[in-house]
Amino acid sequence: MADTARKSARGVAPLALSVKGIHKSFGQHQVLKGISLDAHEGDVISILGSSGSGKSTFLRCINLLETPDDGDITVAGEQVKLRRTGDGHLQPSDRKQVDRIRSELAMVFQSFNLWSHRTILENLIEAPVHVQKRPRAECILEAEALLEKVGIADKRNHYPAHLSGGQQQRAAIARALAMKPKAMLFDEPTSALDPELVGEVLKVMRTLAEEGRTMLVVTHEMGFARDVSSRVMFLHQGKVDAEGTPQEMFGDGGSERFRQFISNTIR
Amino acid sequence: MPDFPFIFDTMGKLLAALPTTLELFILSISVGGVLACFITWARISPYKLLSLPARGYIFVFRGSPLLIQMFLVYYGLGQFAVVRHSIFWPVLREPFVCAVLGLALCTAGYTAEILRGGLIAVPAQQIEAARACGMSGLLLLRRVIAPIAIRQALPAYSTEIILMMKSTALASLVTVWEVTGVAQRIISQTYRAMDVFLCAAAIYLVLNFVLVKLTGGLEYYLTPHLRARPTSLSAGLRPLPPPAAGDASHG
Repeated sequence: MADTARKSARGVAPLALSVKGIHKSFGQHQVLKGISLDAHEGDVISILGSSGSGKSTFLRCINLLETPDDGDITVAGEQVKLRRTGDGHLQPSDRKQVDRIRSELAMVFQSFNLWSHRTILENLIEAPVHVQKRPRAECILEAEALLEKVGIADKRNHYPAHLSGGQQQRAAIARALAMKPKAMLFDEPTSALDPELVGEVLKVMRTLAEEGRTMLVVTHEMGFARDVSSRVMFLHQGKVDAEGTPQEMFGDGGSERFRQFISNTIR
Repeated sequence: MPDFPFIFDTMGKLLAALPTTLELFILSISVGGVLACFITWARISPYKLLSLPARGYIFVFRGSPLLIQMFLVYYGLGQFAVVRHSIFWPVLREPFVCAVLGLALCTAGYTAEILRGGLIAVPAQQIEAARACGMSGLLLLRRVIAPIAIRQALPAYSTEIILMMKSTALASLVTVWEVTGVAQRIISQTYRAMDVFLCAAAIYLVLNFVLVKLTGGLEYYLTPHLRARPTSLSAGLRPLPPPAAGDASHG
């Protein structure tokens, strides 16, 4: 499968996302100790690490669902404005900018997080219509095409609770796509799914990668990291322990700790 | 043998007072509802300066009898010269206004707690998903938080407004001639408590039956996502079953 792996677009395509020196603590516990990442357009970066290594927190810092204690975030050339408060913590200084940047970085959650009181189609058009203020009719057409693409066109008028986990996650991916994001953040998208439903979600993500979408994927799916991503980043105790192309990482390039990690993961 | 002519006559007199009862009800839950929104907002605020007074309000108005609250408004306010000399006095001296005020202040306390219950039960993950899409502030409240909270609060709120419909009867004690007040006046003239009170009770029963149907229908309309998935067979052959009457517990 290694021949299907995409070549890194680094150095060719413009930067979609640049994050520098992210630090984050919860109370006394330092979760992130200075993590940096550059994602060029078309990059698919898998972020691996054992639980508690800070990978989800790192992803959530990028769209400011968590506010980093220190660091810089630049999305498509626009730096997120952060200011330091009296107690030394960072805070976004421009609410509108945060909202706009979040709408440019679509997020897919571990537990899908679809809005339970809205149908699948309504979930898809919610942000395009109300955040991006695009014409409703146009959004509906696009949403229908997206549902077709992820293979749940027949569920457009169903409510989330009426769908299986795999279908809900595919709907959530379609909802993220509906915002025409510059980059997509996936926070363990298959971790809450029954094993037999993981494949249908990974298949959709693989299609997106092949389309050249910029994706940051926190995952435990070693197959996806190895075969689909252009770069792999391994976090350990809040630091980047090893980083490289899948060939390097799954070849002899990864660190000793990473080899130990994958030998524990793949049984 | 019931005295039908007397009952018809009494029913006619009581029904003539029905608009007053309905006005008391609609005005008090409207005013109380708006007030409740502000109290809820203050109650869930992280600032003690807002949340403590809201807690105090809810404690007082849920913890003391509605009748005493109404008496305090009706008999108590007039004792203060400030109130008597204020521009509000021509309005505040009216028994009807005092009754609405008493009812509204009381229901606001209960409704605030019902709304708070609906709000804190909104799944944090769904709010987070909205934030991640670029929603914040009023847009987030209007499109995601409020619709979910209201759906969750509706069963408890329908009970509250049924209680309020019955509580309008207390207005008769501050000389408002609503259904119960008129009933008591007829009894004082005829001494036929049984017939007259049964007529009055029947009116409240019908009013609350309509309320139950309305709130039940609204709940049914708002919560298609909580009902069983429509199978292709049943959806194609027959309409969905109507809501169960008086079903306070949804699902």
